[in-house]
Amino acid sequence: MFFSPQVDAIDTPTQAAVLIQPALMPLGDNALVCTFAPPATLATQTRIWSVAHAARAWPQVIEVVPGMNNLTLVFDPLLADAAALGAQLTAALQDADENQSNGNIVEIPVHYGGEDGPDLEVVARHTGLSTEEVIARHTAADYVVFFLGFQPGFAYLGGLDSSLATPRRAEPRLAVPVGSVGIGGEQTGIYPAESPGGWQLLGRTPLKLFDPSRAAPSLLAPGDRVRFTVAGGRA
Amino acid sequence: MIDVIRAGTLTSIQDLGRTGLRHLGICQSGALDTLALGVANRLVGNPSHAAGIEITIGPTVLRFTRNARIAITGADFAATLDDVPVHAWWSLPVLAGQQLTLRAPRHGMRAYLAIAGGIDVIPMLGSRSTDLQAGFGGLGGRALRDGDRLPVSGALQGRDLALGPDTAGFGVKSPALCEFGHVPVAPGAAVASGHDTVIRVLPGPEYASFSPAAQAALWANPWRITPNSNRMGYRLAGPALERTEAQDLLSHAVLPGTIQVPPNGQPIVLMGDAQTAGGYPKIGAVISADLWRLAQARLNANLRFVPVELKDARQALIEIGQYLQQLDLALQMRRERLARRP
Repeated sequence: MFFSPQVDAIDTPTQAAVLIQPALMPLGDNALVCTFAPPATLATQTRIWSVAHAARAWPQVIEVVPGMNNLTLVFDPLLADAAALGAQLTAALQDADENQSNGNIVEIPVHYGGEDGPDLEVVARHTGLSTEEVIARHTAADYVVFFLGFQPGFAYLGGLDSSLATPRRAEPRLAVPVGSVGIGGEQTGIYPAESPGGWQLLGRTPLKLFDPSRAAPSLLAPGDRVRFTVAGGRA
Repeated sequence: MIDVIRAGTLTSIQDLGRTGLRHLGICQSGALDTLALGVANRLVGNPSHAAGIEITIGPTVLRFTRNARIAITGADFAATLDDVPVHAWWSLPVLAGQQLTLRAPRHGMRAYLAIAGGIDVIPMLGSRSTDLQAGFGGLGGRALRDGDRLPVSGALQGRDLALGPDTAGFGVKSPALCEFGHVPVAPGAAVASGHDTVIRVLPGPEYASFSPAAQAALWANPWRITPNSNRMGYRLAGPALERTEAQDLLSHAVLPGTIQVPPNGQPIVLMGDAQTAGGYPKIGAVISADLWRLAQARLNANLRFVPVELKDARQALIEIGQYLQQLDLALQMRRERLARRP
């Protein structure tokens, strides 16, 4: 009866090596959303990052936004041919290497505990670990930036040691200081700006996660790998 | 310079917004009614992406510190220049010391003021727009306050004078008088208040996951814009929209115009300041050609969603393009006529 949200003009190649069959849906008249079947895997996400990087150079493409297990292209609704773009996107996702990440490795020094990490003890109590062990496990893991959102420069990180998972605070803080590193459930992340927030705060980094006056405003980009380190003593 | 004598409820510096940065969590910002700002810029001889002032609700009083050409578009705020009424969608010269007052919108929600040369704040990440959430761009990353002084670029002064030294100014037909493509009659609109805004919508990626009753309700019911709405999104009130598949979605991109439905069933239409990622199902998306009309819908007014097809969305955009082309042509003819004057 109405315009069907399914893009049906798009053929996907049917070669034996094809492992993924993403669903392609229009979002309004200027965007295409490509969603992979669950579960989300690092391999699929790596394909998404790789294609996202390439698609920025495609003509008439205005935004390329990775999500969790999905990728959205925003294009010029008058100049772009949505069906052709969808076909190009599907083909690129098929061809992408799921082992090859082109992201940066970013080291993030953190002042753990004390005023910078008022919830370190809470996490230690909840997990039954010593504060030293919480820090050791938090700095031992390799994290990946799945995607950004919520705030400029806010990275959704995968890779938290599951033994560190701690529920959010019952009462969110009205103002979490900029640079705070926290745990919320099974996720860890860094607050790029002062904002209200309910995560358990382990520490704080002096690095600026977001600075609109920098040429690269966000310290982290989708596909980057993150390592937390214990920051040196303060002067 | 423009002196902000009285800033009003929410007045900010905006251009056509920031693009290409959503993957870093950076939203579009920018004029919500981009068509009105684009026209205002044309009417003073600026490129359409020059920065102007977005005035929401008002009342706003501005004083010009030098002679300039300005234009006012968008909602009709019953503006006056030193107590002399100024039409909406009007371009006029102002003299140093004159004061412009925008009281309150008679209809619509936002007015736009463009000045020849444009508001000359430092561009941040490719735009002069104010990102009110993240607090950068525009003037100090914030809404304007009483006493602010806004720098104006002198670069285009010569060109704006070419639009005429006359004091009466000139106007342009408001887009509100144009349909831009076919606007279908919304079901029930005949019995609804004349203040309802009809918005054309394409079904969204999760449209099919809503119950038949919810799908029907989206099109059949008026959706009241609650006072809890802002530049990030319009929170709507109406019958709860329920899904038949309650499967949670993983985080995905959302855009201005995306209509998402949180678990309480009350839809939210995202606007220019919306964050870049969301997790709620997207029942629909407002067509690009209607985003400016959405931006002018008032708090407590009703929206009526009508389903259209992609070709309708495209035709409406083409007609907006034709409207702007006609305007450019008329302005060019005016410049040439004035240039031939002795």
